[in-house]
Amino acid sequence: MSMFVETLIGGLLAGTMYSLVAIGFVLIYKASGVFNYAQGSLLLFAALTFVTLTDQGVPAFGAVALTIALLVATAIAIEKLLLRPLTNRSPMTLFMATLGLSYVVEGAAQGIMGSQVRALNLGIDDLPIFLGDIMISQFDLIAAGVALALVVVLSLLFNRTRIGIQLRGVADDTRAALSLGIDINRIWQIVWTVAGLVGLVAGLLWGARQGVQFSLSLVVLKALPVLIIGGFTSIAGAIVGGLIVGAGESLAETYVGPFLGGGITSWFAYALALVFLFIRPAGLFGERQIERV
Amino acid sequence: MPMREDPLPALEVRNVSLSFKGVKAISDLTFQVERQEICALIGPNGAGKSSLLNILNGVYVPDSGEIVFEGEHFRRMHPLEAARRGIGRGFQNNALFSGMSVLDNVIAGLSRHSRATLVEEAFRLPRARGEERRFRERAHEVLRLFDLERHAATLVGTLPYGVQKKVEIARAIAAEPRLLLLDEPLAGMNAAEKQEIAAVIARLNTELKLTIVLIEHDIGIVLKLAHHVVVLDYGRKLADGPPEAIRDDPDVIAAYLGSEHAEIAA
Repeated sequence: MSMFVETLIGGLLAGTMYSLVAIGFVLIYKASGVFNYAQGSLLLFAALTFVTLTDQGVPAFGAVALTIALLVATAIAIEKLLLRPLTNRSPMTLFMATLGLSYVVEGAAQGIMGSQVRALNLGIDDLPIFLGDIMISQFDLIAAGVALALVVVLSLLFNRTRIGIQLRGVADDTRAALSLGIDINRIWQIVWTVAGLVGLVAGLLWGARQGVQFSLSLVVLKALPVLIIGGFTSIAGAIVGGLIVGAGESLAETYVGPFLGGGITSWFAYALALVFLFIRPAGLFGERQIERV
Repeated sequence: MPMREDPLPALEVRNVSLSFKGVKAISDLTFQVERQEICALIGPNGAGKSSLLNILNGVYVPDSGEIVFEGEHFRRMHPLEAARRGIGRGFQNNALFSGMSVLDNVIAGLSRHSRATLVEEAFRLPRARGEERRFRERAHEVLRLFDLERHAATLVGTLPYGVQKKVEIARAIAAEPRLLLLDEPLAGMNAAEKQEIAAVIARLNTELKLTIVLIEHDIGIVLKLAHHVVVLDYGRKLADGPPEAIRDDPDVIAAYLGSEHAEIAA
């Protein structure tokens, strides 16, 4: 029994790391209907910038501030150079644009800052702690706490501020938002900035776990099943989806893996997402698309 | 006709044409809207009425012609510019933020009056906090004006259509527009709801001295509500004048009013 609980808790905590990545997608998808393929590259870019700065001797606080400033500038540049010229184009066009963007960001980041693996030390000891006879990773616990704090901040931003009201307005009906004098371009800049900040948090945690390198941008591939399960339009969905994927992976590896010869974590999430596509294509929390024909 | 304090018309449409892929939607249209009048655009479906509203608030760019709004000339409007200059808009079938509360919808309507910068808002500095409080108070005032106070916390999407329409107009009014464009505000309503919304529109016009351009198919209500009627047919202006004159215009009767005219005259 304690092994089951331990596996479950470990999985749920790891799942919050997936949620963190997925939230970045949800923010942009909600506000502009774009599936931002470049979210992974932005995450890599943010983590790489932070590591490069700290390697140069910049103190952590200053490195975070500089990275944030760079992310804001990047968001504004993306909005002005990419999104604005493509206003009113089809979602597929915008998706292709973000695909291109991901190569540009990745290439530029690695070209300038190097492509070797960098260690990132956040000063969190990865010593396990014991609750009774259940072992929990301290790092996972802190990561989950950070994810939770981030979600609280985001929901305050969306529900308690006027920027949040405007953001939700743009997400709900762009045409009406425009007619009320809501500056959509500015809203996009804000959303991409916030998605970049979420990427920074996710990038630092993932980077501390597996080193900062190119493969960090591939965590987007893990976010995809999370989004399919939770729904593309809901932050709550991204969290629940992440927890389901994390817990499912971890339990499957422990209890099903031995019968299949292991390696189950590399495909389990996708198989689970496939099942959800059959049963609930909009995801658990997604908005069902109703189209009049 | 309403009293005019300023000789300048609120809005002039001058020789405006619009086409979609070669098909003319509006041809060389010219008319003007006086301050504080209710101007109704009528005409069959496809006459170019909605397209015209879309030009006026910048969604469409006309092929030629110009818009003069409060004395300023525009080759085209940009939606943001139109909103900031005080052109408010209601949409056909509503365009509300259905996942948000009635109050938040109305607060969103106040966006054009926001002066606090992003940084001030993000860190909730005094100006942003003060503005937020004023916006909230103002939104409640607007809700009271429309008798919507009891729905303030309700999600808009769960309200009946007639109430939603009132919320949409309230949201537009919160912005304190100088010109309000309404696209079929009475469509899809029962007789009682129509009377209520028509009364709201009339009050906005008399009490807030608001200039209103609206599209409406219910001729009976149009003739009672509007001070000025412009009749469109296939993108051209067929008639333009006070409702009494429109009602008796033989061209309009032939093209549009048809048999309904007999009912109105009766």
